[in-house]
Amino acid sequence: MSQITVIIPTPLRGYAEGQDSIVVNAGTVAEALTELTSRYSELSRHLYSEDGQLRSFVNIYLNDEDIRYLEGRDAAGVQAGDEIRIVPSIAGGVATAPEVKDVEFTQEEMRRYARHLILPEVGPEGQKKLKQARVLLIGAGGLGSPASLYLAAAGVGTLGLVDFDVVEHSNLQRQIVHGTSDVGRLKLESARDRLLDVNPEIEVETHEVRLSSDNALEILTEYDIVVDGTDNFPTRYLVNDACVLLGKPNVYGSIFRFEGQVSVFHAKQGPCYRCLYAEPPPPGLAPSCAEGGVLGVLPGIIGTLQANETIKLILGAGDPLIGRLLLFDALRVRFRELKLRKDPECPICGENPTVHKLIDYEVFCGIREAEVEQRGLEAGVPIITASELRARLDAGDPIRVIDVREPHELNICKLDEAELIPLGQFPSQISRLVGGNDEIVVICRSGRRSAYAVRLLQDAGFTEAYNLTGGLLAWSDEVDPTMVKY
Amino acid sequence: MERDSLRTGGAEAGGVGVQLVVRPAVLAAIRKHVEAAYPEEAPGGLLGTVRDDTLVEVVDAVASANAREDERRRRYLIGPDDVLALERRASAAGLQVVGYYHSHPDAPARPSAFDREHAWPWYVYLIVGVVGGRALEARAWRLSDDREEFQALTIGEGEPVTIDTEDS
Repeated sequence: MSQITVIIPTPLRGYAEGQDSIVVNAGTVAEALTELTSRYSELSRHLYSEDGQLRSFVNIYLNDEDIRYLEGRDAAGVQAGDEIRIVPSIAGGVATAPEVKDVEFTQEEMRRYARHLILPEVGPEGQKKLKQARVLLIGAGGLGSPASLYLAAAGVGTLGLVDFDVVEHSNLQRQIVHGTSDVGRLKLESARDRLLDVNPEIEVETHEVRLSSDNALEILTEYDIVVDGTDNFPTRYLVNDACVLLGKPNVYGSIFRFEGQVSVFHAKQGPCYRCLYAEPPPPGLAPSCAEGGVLGVLPGIIGTLQANETIKLILGAGDPLIGRLLLFDALRVRFRELKLRKDPECPICGENPTVHKLIDYEVFCGIREAEVEQRGLEAGVPIITASELRARLDAGDPIRVIDVREPHELNICKLDEAELIPLGQFPSQISRLVGGNDEIVVICRSGRRSAYAVRLLQDAGFTEAYNLTGGLLAWSDEVDPTMVKY
Repeated sequence: MERDSLRTGGAEAGGVGVQLVVRPAVLAAIRKHVEAAYPEEAPGGLLGTVRDDTLVEVVDAVASANAREDERRRRYLIGPDDVLALERRASAAGLQVVGYYHSHPDAPARPSAFDREHAWPWYVYLIVGVVGGRALEARAWRLSDDREEFQALTIGEGEPVTIDTEDS
């Protein structure tokens, strides 16, 4: 046993009562370190990993010689007056996943991927690339369902899912990753269970968030390829911009009624979504699938095309849809292809970009403005609640109820007391309403369109006109649960 | 001359209440280094003074070689000999090595799990996100005592601020 001085580096002095050196009695380097950590136990966590090994970034010098190069390493003997110095290495870096040098397949995997392995374009090399790949799907809905199922089946090693919705009955017509027994569950959990059932060899990482400018870069940076299955413009621009900033390919798909689009936006090699659509459409002009409907099988076709493009990107096989926009018309069964060019003036991927970071996409898409306007409109007209309307109709009050929805919507649900004047014809029909002494209540699905109609009535001089607040959705909640919601 | 700015920040809810003051010229030098090294990661030492528990001042930044031989686009390493050299240089100037900076090529200025696993306590870790060869954002972090998380430090005066630097 000899008296040895251990020199403590600045970052650890706080765990050793602020001392820069400590004298210990020891016969070897290892004994000196044990003595040190038994006296100052807080030091252990920073010097040793959980398995008891010295951390890789902790270097121990004995009299200016790294003990890694000494005979016996930490069993090296020490003599009185020797100096042991703890010297930091500083290390770090971007991603967390280790680079896989070589992937081995189990017998089970060989059987599972047999039809891939005999394809020269895939083969064992391609299958390894698939296993190493990390793909992020934005949305576990109509497009994300088929895309994730096929990517899982194909053996893409890590699938990330971003979603925060719950499975609803109205999803089941097209979102085939979820089943009837999943209604009410988080889409993420339902999808993860199904994907791991399809292929237990893969990893599924779930991100239960609404993708936003605050979290997008952090989430997307951990993946190689992003598959955009979003149903709204703010998120679509957000995904595009984040992919451009991170230099990642964005496999884009969108659907509406009977038509779909697919492309691969990879700004390093071609155009981005902004090159195609510099500006979002005004809010309300482009209806969502919830408003306009969608053929259930359509996302199946578009989503599998996205999976196809994703797999090709991973394999480096074939011609990706970079610089090409594929349009599909389900009724006519026609595929058309448009050539897309990179816009040199593109604000994010052009020659002199002006967008260098993520912005507020709700503002960019005019959503906030439109919401404020809509709220103002809805707040500015007199309202009646569903229960009040029911009570007054039951009491036999003279009330004229006008439904401003489209004729086909009446087939889904309707109020027997209501007469139909679709909103588009409403202005020309107002004169027909003049002269009646009845109060007027205007209804629609949600109370948005009817608020607009009540405003028109007010402008025409009607004082006794009311909006059914919350629309037939509220009627279903408050008055008649058999009223179908859509 | 093109005026440009590097966004700095880190003041987030739950921050540790430690403020990092970096001279604009030092920030500009760091920026020049990490942009030149893009798409590889670029590390260096931060020399300065720890005023007290709430204020760390950086007066000089010293570029280090990235000692990694592989994966240099996503990993960096400053070896122990370089660390000792930085400490000698600091003490000769009456300063301390108060922390380190490194770049995240095409990634946000937020610590990765890999950063955390390899981090030392007490040191300030300044991370610069470099996207497409441009340094966009700098944020400062410090490891928690239990090694479980990185806590954000405030850079400059308080809320995330924009420090204008001039491209030379």
